[in-house]
Amino acid sequence: MSIIAARKESTTTATPAAGTPAEAAAHVSAGTAPAAATRGQVDITNVRKSFGATEVLKGVTLSVPPGGVAVIVGPSGSGKSTLLRTINHLEKVDGGYITIDGELVGYEVRGNKLHELREKDILKQRTNIGMVFQSFNLFPHLTALENVIEAPIVAQKRSKTEARKRGLELLDRVGLKDRADAYPRQLSGGQQQRVAIARALALDPKILLFDEPTSALDPELVNEVLDVIRELATSGTTLIVVTHEMGFARDVADTVVFMDDGLIVESGKPQDIFANPREERTRSFFSKVIEPAFNI
Amino acid sequence: MSAIAPPATADTAPPTPDYSEYKLVPARHPWRWVGTVVVAAGVAAIAWSLVTNPRWEWGVVAQWFTAQSVVNGLIETLKLTAISGVLGFVLGFILALMRLSASPLLVSVSWTFSWIFRSTPLLVQLLLWYNLGYLYEKISLGIPFTDVRFFEAQTTTLISQFAAAVLGLTLNQAAYSAEIIRGGILSVDQGQLEAASALGIPAWQRSTRIVLPQAMRAILPNAFNEIIGLVKGTSIVYVLAYSELFYTVQVIYNRTQQVLPLLLVATLWYVVITSVLSVFQYYIERHFSKGAVRNLPLTPLQKARKFFATHVAASPTKDAR
Ligand SMILES: Nc1ncnc2c1ncn2[C@@H]1O[C@H](COP(=O)(O)OP(=O)(O)OP(=O)(O)O)[C@@H](O)[C@H]1O
Ligand SMILES: [Mg+2]
Repeated sequence: MSIIAARKESTTTATPAAGTPAEAAAHVSAGTAPAAATRGQVDITNVRKSFGATEVLKGVTLSVPPGGVAVIVGPSGSGKSTLLRTINHLEKVDGGYITIDGELVGYEVRGNKLHELREKDILKQRTNIGMVFQSFNLFPHLTALENVIEAPIVAQKRSKTEARKRGLELLDRVGLKDRADAYPRQLSGGQQQRVAIARALALDPKILLFDEPTSALDPELVNEVLDVIRELATSGTTLIVVTHEMGFARDVADTVVFMDDGLIVESGKPQDIFANPREERTRSFFSKVIEPAFNI
Repeated sequence: MSAIAPPATADTAPPTPDYSEYKLVPARHPWRWVGTVVVAAGVAAIAWSLVTNPRWEWGVVAQWFTAQSVVNGLIETLKLTAISGVLGFVLGFILALMRLSASPLLVSVSWTFSWIFRSTPLLVQLLLWYNLGYLYEKISLGIPFTDVRFFEAQTTTLISQFAAAVLGLTLNQAAYSAEIIRGGILSVDQGQLEAASALGIPAWQRSTRIVLPQAMRAILPNAFNEIIGLVKGTSIVYVLAYSELFYTVQVIYNRTQQVLPLLLVATLWYVVITSVLSVFQYYIERHFSKGAVRNLPLTPLQKARKFFATHVAASPTKDAR
């Protein structure tokens, strides 16, 4: 029941509001992706995943349109990270499937079976899907700029000069051009996460996945990272963000998705779902996490 | 009462005196000086006894130190160290990867290898390899369980002293370095591999460009320990009558009866090799610590340069520092 609700909601509510493209165009600096998104449609269909005997995803269905911003919220252990990791095949699904712009992720159709792709092809698909981790996972032996250009050079075989030029542009975009030669340990947490975002952007992904990008940060550093994501939200890249920052979800999301116990309980436009949740579980979750933050 | 009052009120707190004209005097460390003097006296005494005691026979040491036969032995020692060091670490790397693989067979073969070679004395291994001809008269390469042979030879002609020494040292070294390399790889955070795969970086580059450079920090100190151990460990192949450094000086002192001075010749050469290796170790470790420490410490050379720049050149204005 709830699955069907989720599907219907997301397809209807995730359409960007009129006027957004014009606004976006004003935000986007010259040379970046066009605001009118034509790529990055994500369709997750009835995805199941178990670890041993525990079923962590119990049939999740969710669609995010090109350029859409979906924010996934829910209690700890509800399967948010696992769902995110199935989208770039870091985690194999046990059932269901995921497509990006109609192309299956991690599998190909042969006859009436889905065969898992070879590593090489999976890696190629992953270059379309950027991921930003809670613990940054920057490569500590490489400078900020080297972190950003590593994948373009190694995975996409771009020339070094071209990659450096683009890398500096991206560092500039996240406000860290002057720290290009610093090593991750010489940067603050917020700066490290911004480098990690630049690194994910370097492959020109259709989709960006964020797994609690600000939960490892001191409160005063959270906003500098959220501001960068906010800017990305208007750039036409599809964003799927797992976060506990409800204020951010309210401002930036097209769709807020509430997960509990391996299922999408409810999803909808932020103003609807925060003000009038239909499900009791959603209501009680929001009453716990939103109430103290009265000023958002 | 005053504890409760806000501390900054002007009428309760006395005005702070102006210290801006005072000179800063660093703390003195008298015991550090006492320790330095005691140790210096001890070192001087040892040096004095080494120089003045005629029984060390420094003249003999000097005479043999660069003798042709000793230098030849030294070259053999370096050759053995280099060959079995490199082969040992390459094989150790393969064994470490096997041990970390998902295949139970590869894991257990690697484990058994390390188990056997770490639990038998190197001396026994060397003698076994050298006497392999007694166990197996011929060695052949072919398809197992058939009569097809690509290559066949007498074991005794195949396993020279050199081959036995290299085999023994290499296999033994591989067993130890496998564990060192495995430990280094395990010390790298799992998130690094995950981030690299999420970026679409292929498996080989994930290992060589992301994991290994970070693992090197944990591998290097132990690896240099092993190499330095190997330099001196090669002296054990004297049991095969292989004329490396140690065997060479033995032959000489058996003839001349100048036992201690000749042992000193070998020792000094081992010290020289170890010292050179230690310098290499310092700079290689420094290279791989890029990014792991917030700021790289100065090299001894840079320190010396800085010392002279601040203390010697600027000594008249020392207080200004
Ligand atoms: N590799 C794994 N092996 C076994 N169990 C796992 C594994 N990864 C996740 N789990 C389990 O799956 C469940 C869902 O985990 P997941 O990380 O997706 O939750 P989450 O919603 O992201 O929680 P949080 O908000 O705390 O990050 C948890 O019960 C977790 O213990
Ligand atoms: Mg999580």
